[in-house]
Amino acid sequence: MKIIKAEKITKTVADLCLKANCVLRKDILRKLKSAYKQEKNSRAKKALGAIIENARIAREEKLAICQDTGLPIVFVKLGQDVRITGDFKKAVLKGIALGYQRGNFRESIIQDPLKRGKSSYKGAIIHIDIVRGNKLGLTVLPKGFGCENKSQMKMFNPTAGIEEVKKFIVNTVKSSGADACPPYVVGVGIGGSADYAGFLAKVALLKKIDTKRSSLERDLEKEIGKLGIGPMGLGGKVTCLAIKIESYPTHIAGLPVAVNISCHALRSASATL
Amino acid sequence: MKKINTPLSENDILNLRAGDEILLSGEIYTARDQAHRRVVDAIKKGSRLPFALKNAVIYYCGPAKTPKGKIIGSCGPTTSSRMDAFTPLLLSKGLKGMIGKGARSKEVRSAIKKNKAIYLLAPAGCGALISKYVKSAKPIAYQDLGPERITKLEVKDFPLIVGIDAKGRSIYA
Repeated sequence: MKIIKAEKITKTVADLCLKANCVLRKDILRKLKSAYKQEKNSRAKKALGAIIENARIAREEKLAICQDTGLPIVFVKLGQDVRITGDFKKAVLKGIALGYQRGNFRESIIQDPLKRGKSSYKGAIIHIDIVRGNKLGLTVLPKGFGCENKSQMKMFNPTAGIEEVKKFIVNTVKSSGADACPPYVVGVGIGGSADYAGFLAKVALLKKIDTKRSSLERDLEKEIGKLGIGPMGLGGKVTCLAIKIESYPTHIAGLPVAVNISCHALRSASATL
Repeated sequence: MKKINTPLSENDILNLRAGDEILLSGEIYTARDQAHRRVVDAIKKGSRLPFALKNAVIYYCGPAKTPKGKIIGSCGPTTSSRMDAFTPLLLSKGLKGMIGKGARSKEVRSAIKKNKAIYLLAPAGCGALISKYVKSAKPIAYQDLGPERITKLEVKDFPLIVGIDAKGRSIYA
C-alpha cells in the first residue's frame, strides 16, 4: 500500500499543464522537422517552418504553444494498491486551475454549454482506469476545440467492411480541410460502444506518433496524403503527421467508429507517482 | 513581400490577389464568436458599436492572458468559418479586412467581392510566434467576455497570406 497525498496530485497536475501547453511533444516536433525537410512546396515549407519556430518560442519563453489551451483531458492510471488521502477529483481540478493560472493560459471553459456565460479554468474531463500495482499515472492532454469540432463518429452496420470504414476516416479529414490547423494527427477508435469508440479515438492521440504503424494505419496515411490539404491547408505533401488507431471488442450488431482530429500542436504530458 | 498598413485603402485591397503574402502593420481588432453576436445585435438595434467598422480589420482571435513583462500572450487565429453567419452584415457596414484561418462560406466570399474587402490568413497554430508581431494590446469592449472581449491590437509586419481577394478569388478553390 502506498499513500499519496492530494496536495502532491495537485502539484503534479499543475506542472503537467504547464509542460503540455508550453513544450511540444518530442515525437511531434521530430515529425514536424522531418516533414519540413521533405516538403518541396515553398508555401507549405514556410508554414512548417513557422510551426517549428513557434514551438521554440513557446518553450523558451514559457508561452502557450497555442492560445487555445484547450479543454484539459486527464487520463488516470490508478494502481489498486494506492491509497489517496484527501479528495482526488478536487485535487486534479485544483491542479488544472493552478497550472493554467501560472501559465497565464486562456480561460476557455464555460459551465453551461447552452447559456454559455463567463469562462474560467474550472473543469476537465477525467478518465480513470484502475490497474495493478502501487503507482499513480497522470496524463494531461489539453485539447483545442478548433480541431475537436471536426471530430466525427458513426455507427456502421456490422457488415460494412473495412473499405467503408476507411472512406469515413479519410472523409472526416477531408471535411476538416484547412480549418483545424493541419498537418493533423488523426486518432481513431474502432469498436466498443458509441461512447467508448469516442474515448478510444482520444486515447489513440496519446500514442507516440513515430512508433511502428499497422498496415491499416499505413494505408490510411497514404490515402489522407492524397487529399493534398497540406500545412495550413495551402497544399503540399504533409496533410497528416500520423494516424493512430485503437480498437476494442464490440457487439455482433454493430461497428462503431470515432475519429478525433488533432491539430499539429498535439500536446500532452505524463507523470508517474 | 508587400507591406500594407491599416486602415486599408481601396487601392491596397484591389492590388492584392489570393495567394499574395503581405506584412500588415497598424491597428486591428480582435473579435470572435460572442463578440460577433453582440456587434450584429448592436447593428440591428441601432446601438453604438464598440469601434468604427468603416475600413476596419477584424482578427478572429481570443488571446491567452498576458504574462508579466509581455505585451500579449499567445494569440493565433481561430477558425474563421464560425463567424461566417455574421460576416456579410459587417461587410455591408464597412468592414474591410478579416484575419483568421481556414475556408469561408460561399455567402462570405460573395460579400467580400461585393464590398471590395479582403480575407487574410494568419499562421495557424502559431500563437506564440504571432505575439511577437503585436506592439500594443488594449481591451476596449465587452470585458465580461474574458478572452472573447474586443481588444485593439497594434501589429507590426504581421505576416499574412491573402485567402480571398476583392474579386472573390479564393486560395482554397
